[in-house]
Amino acid sequence: MINDELQSRRYVVAGIISAVIVLYILRLFTIQIIDTKYKNGADSNAFLKKTQFPPRGLIYDRNHKLLVYNKPAYDIALIMREIRGLDTLAFCKALNIDKHNFINRLEEIKDRKKNPNYSSYTPQLFMTQLSSADIATIQQSMYKYPGFYIQSRTLREYTYPFAGQILGSIGEVSQHKIDNDDYYKPGDYAGRDGLEYTYEEQLRGEKGVEILLRDAKGRIKGKYENGKEDVAPKAGENLTLTLDAQLQLLAEKLLTGKLGSIVAIEPSTGEILAIASSPTFNPGILVGRQRSRNYNSLLHDPTKPLMNRATQGQYSPGSAFKTLQALVCQQMGGITEHTMFACNGPQSYPVKCTHHHGSPVSLLSAVEQSCNPYFWNAFRSTMERNGYGTRNINFRTTYDEWVDRVKSFGLGEKFKDGDLYEQSRGYIPTQKFYNRVYRSEKGWRAITIRSNAIGQGEVSATPLQMANLMCAIANEGHYITPHLNKCDSMLKKIHQCKVDKKYFPVVFEGMWRVFESGTARASKIPGIDMCGKTGTADNSHGKPHSVFVGFAPRVNPKIAIAVIVENAGFGTTYAAPIFSLLVEQYLKGKITRTELEEKTINTVTNSYVQER
Amino acid sequence: MYRNVSIKYALDWTTVFYYVVLILMGWISIYGASYDFDQASIFDFSQRAGKQFIWILTAFSIGGILLLIDSKLYNIFAYIIYASAMVLLFVTIFAAHDIKGSRSWLVLGPISFQPAELAKVATALALAKFMSSYNYKLKNWKDLFPLGVIIFIPFALIILQNETGTALVFVAFLLTLYREGMKGVVLLILSFTVLLFVVTIKYSIVPIQVDRGTLGMVLGMGIILVMQIGYAIFFGKNTKEALYLLLGTVVIGGITYLLNIWFYVSYNYVAIFTVVASCIYWSITELFYRYKKYWFLVIFSLGSVVFCFSSDYLFENVLEPHQQVRIKELLKMESNLTGAGYNVNQSKIAIGSGGFWGKGFLNGTQTKLKYVPEQDTDFIFCTVGEEHGFWGSTLVLFVYWLLLMRLLRIAERQRDPFSRIYAYCVASILFFHLMINIGMVLGIMPVIGIPLPFFSYGGSSLWGFTILLFILLRLDAARLEQQQ
Repeated sequence: MINDELQSRRYVVAGIISAVIVLYILRLFTIQIIDTKYKNGADSNAFLKKTQFPPRGLIYDRNHKLLVYNKPAYDIALIMREIRGLDTLAFCKALNIDKHNFINRLEEIKDRKKNPNYSSYTPQLFMTQLSSADIATIQQSMYKYPGFYIQSRTLREYTYPFAGQILGSIGEVSQHKIDNDDYYKPGDYAGRDGLEYTYEEQLRGEKGVEILLRDAKGRIKGKYENGKEDVAPKAGENLTLTLDAQLQLLAEKLLTGKLGSIVAIEPSTGEILAIASSPTFNPGILVGRQRSRNYNSLLHDPTKPLMNRATQGQYSPGSAFKTLQALVCQQMGGITEHTMFACNGPQSYPVKCTHHHGSPVSLLSAVEQSCNPYFWNAFRSTMERNGYGTRNINFRTTYDEWVDRVKSFGLGEKFKDGDLYEQSRGYIPTQKFYNRVYRSEKGWRAITIRSNAIGQGEVSATPLQMANLMCAIANEGHYITPHLNKCDSMLKKIHQCKVDKKYFPVVFEGMWRVFESGTARASKIPGIDMCGKTGTADNSHGKPHSVFVGFAPRVNPKIAIAVIVENAGFGTTYAAPIFSLLVEQYLKGKITRTELEEKTINTVTNSYVQER
Repeated sequence: MYRNVSIKYALDWTTVFYYVVLILMGWISIYGASYDFDQASIFDFSQRAGKQFIWILTAFSIGGILLLIDSKLYNIFAYIIYASAMVLLFVTIFAAHDIKGSRSWLVLGPISFQPAELAKVATALALAKFMSSYNYKLKNWKDLFPLGVIIFIPFALIILQNETGTALVFVAFLLTLYREGMKGVVLLILSFTVLLFVVTIKYSIVPIQVDRGTLGMVLGMGIILVMQIGYAIFFGKNTKEALYLLLGTVVIGGITYLLNIWFYVSYNYVAIFTVVASCIYWSITELFYRYKKYWFLVIFSLGSVVFCFSSDYLFENVLEPHQQVRIKELLKMESNLTGAGYNVNQSKIAIGSGGFWGKGFLNGTQTKLKYVPEQDTDFIFCTVGEEHGFWGSTLVLFVYWLLLMRLLRIAERQRDPFSRIYAYCVASILFFHLMINIGMVLGIMPVIGIPLPFFSYGGSSLWGFTILLFILLRLDAARLEQQQ
């Protein structure tokens, strides 16, 4: 035995162990027998943590008019294990449901495949989003149905029946979202689309919790420590939009009976003043119990009311593209302010002209009169400014530069730093695309892609992009990402366009003349200098789309608008009056030409469009 | 003489009995903890109790196999086992999937296990081998160093896996080292450090007279002075010096209090000044009387002062936020019953509501209603407390006590130091787990997620403890073989 003298230390070790165990037994004795805090007789107290849902943030327009607010709604929850002696018939009658539904719903709740978090001990949602009218009958007799509880929540309510696609809706959170964000529990609501989705974290607020005590049979015995540990819900932050409610209302009204879209932006700030898409729907119909029925009917409507044409519709810009073409061709040296080209009217080759004007035409008159041959010639001389070169190399690098400059106006890509939900990117065809389509790098030349010169062919843009293009022109070479949230941080997202300032005046003048003596002279408002450009975009779906883009007033532009009416015909006839009315409303505050307004509203170009 | 003794005869059946009893009680508790309204059988293999049954069967087979291996192999291969376990730990840091921030689980097909469990066994073997080697004696601080290295390597590797709780288990080996000759003062210093840390942290937020220092620092210094007085009386056998010191402290305290009426004096600095002054006093006494013992006291006191100063810093920068919150909850510095304090409060309610006789098997509401989190793993003791009350919990603690006492007895009857040291290691590890786990459930230890041996749900920990115990039983059985 080496460590003989250490053997006595075994008693120290045994002593430490025994001391700790005795200490723990004493502690057990204290909390299990002496301390009454933890035990109230044989019944135990158990917490029921009741979630307190915060009111969602309100949404205002730019003039602080309330657009979206909350109204109370109720859910009915049940705890399976606490249901006893239920009078099913009376219960169903009070809730106005039939017995068959009731049984089905119970089966659904118990089915662990459909409801993986099921437990017979915890509250499960039985019916959701009942209005106060629905709940009125059952509220007094709730005590007869042990195991069922009423939980209050809020639902969205809308001041105006507009901007359904933009405001978006709220729905139950998906399992995917629950897995990725600890904030959500099954049965919670969150923004599904539109602004409700984009600004979900700002609008949702923070949930609170009320701690209630339950006995072993699950009966509520009041608040734990008189609510000392409760956490009050924190209301969501309010959101102020850049929309102008009056303008938005008018825009949607003017599109009645038509397929199409209107986007109006304030050029100096990039704030979207109105963004309409027709057909549209009243956002109120996607709230509460009617949601799924209405949603399905919207989903299966052939005119696609759920699609936001303003950001998702991709159209050939048609002649509206000529304004940009005039700028880019000047910048790239293909033409100057004074360049003239011949126009043979309808006999022109390869691009025909549908307007009547003298020949040769200058850039100014070409914009004013929307002369197709002029812009084809301008495009060609730009593309071929360095000649073809061997194997077309010069031409193709020139084409890349053209794409780059055109894209700098916000075309061909989504606005990634904006706050708009679901955008399409539009399309500015790349060199690679043509190489693929024409099977080789040598297979195409300027003449092959001549349609691009006049905004037809492969070029496409969303109404939002077209309105933004007008902003960029109105600002003489820069734009701010179009956005809906009225806040300063958005104003810093400035994008420079790759065309010098000095090339803009001639385009301004041309666009101004469109109203003075050009294609839109009928839509001029006395006393306002407006700039615009008509477009008649050919497409494969029938009559051409009627397009109008522009801004006003000419000096210090306050509003830039893009209007598209699908399959209506000439830009002059349908889109230009809409533009004119919107400008009048925004700049003058009211419309004096009520007859024109009436007529425009009553014009129906698509008989399938339903009002909702 | 070598005698081959049948394992049936040599095996310590008493220990096996306690082991089986604990496992069965644990299994029943797991069934109670995960019991649901609709669930029927304890053998339902989709439920936790059913799965635990499989773990138990496999654990028994592992135990059986270990008994068949020649006992000398454990001694011979101790270092190799240790080295491979360390490599495995190291590999795990990179190979393991991230589960809630910890990278400690290795997944091999259907089974997943924590190499840290194996590391406990390996470290125990390595310590036993090193300390039992012929020319090793644990006498000085110097001898402690290699042992520290053996313990520190797995400790650090497990910290790197983000399993701080499991790493702390390696502190338990200090108990073994104490038995084998480490100075008892190490344990005292450790306790003293914990006390100082708790006091300074807990009262660091309590100000004295609004802005004249904090209670934490003053109490910390007070504890150091009390320690000095105790040292003077018990080790220095010098009551007179101790009295002078007490008197001086009281005088300084009194003068400061009076001065504070007219001048601003921070009590923090007064307290530190007092300790430094006492150290100077001890140094002078030392030089006069040539008492060698006081040097240690001076160094230790100054070290403690530095520790008090840095404890705030250690607390906020070394510990992770969730660990800080757990300690604050434990020390009742803050209370958030819906947040960090939720687990422990729920577990106390569950146990407290059990009363003397408990609510009866499968009748616990707290655990059934899923109020207690981790109720079948780390908080399994709640189920015992709630359903079987004070007598059931005490019974469980009593069986653990019997087992631990039995292990100490086994340890002391070994002739081979290797077996004895290993036995102490086993007892230390089991004791540490028991102390931390049940202390946590009862709210007197911080929340450290380590399982209750043989009780908690999970194959990995059950296998780990089984291996630990059955190697000991095999070594113990071999003691008869070595009789001359």
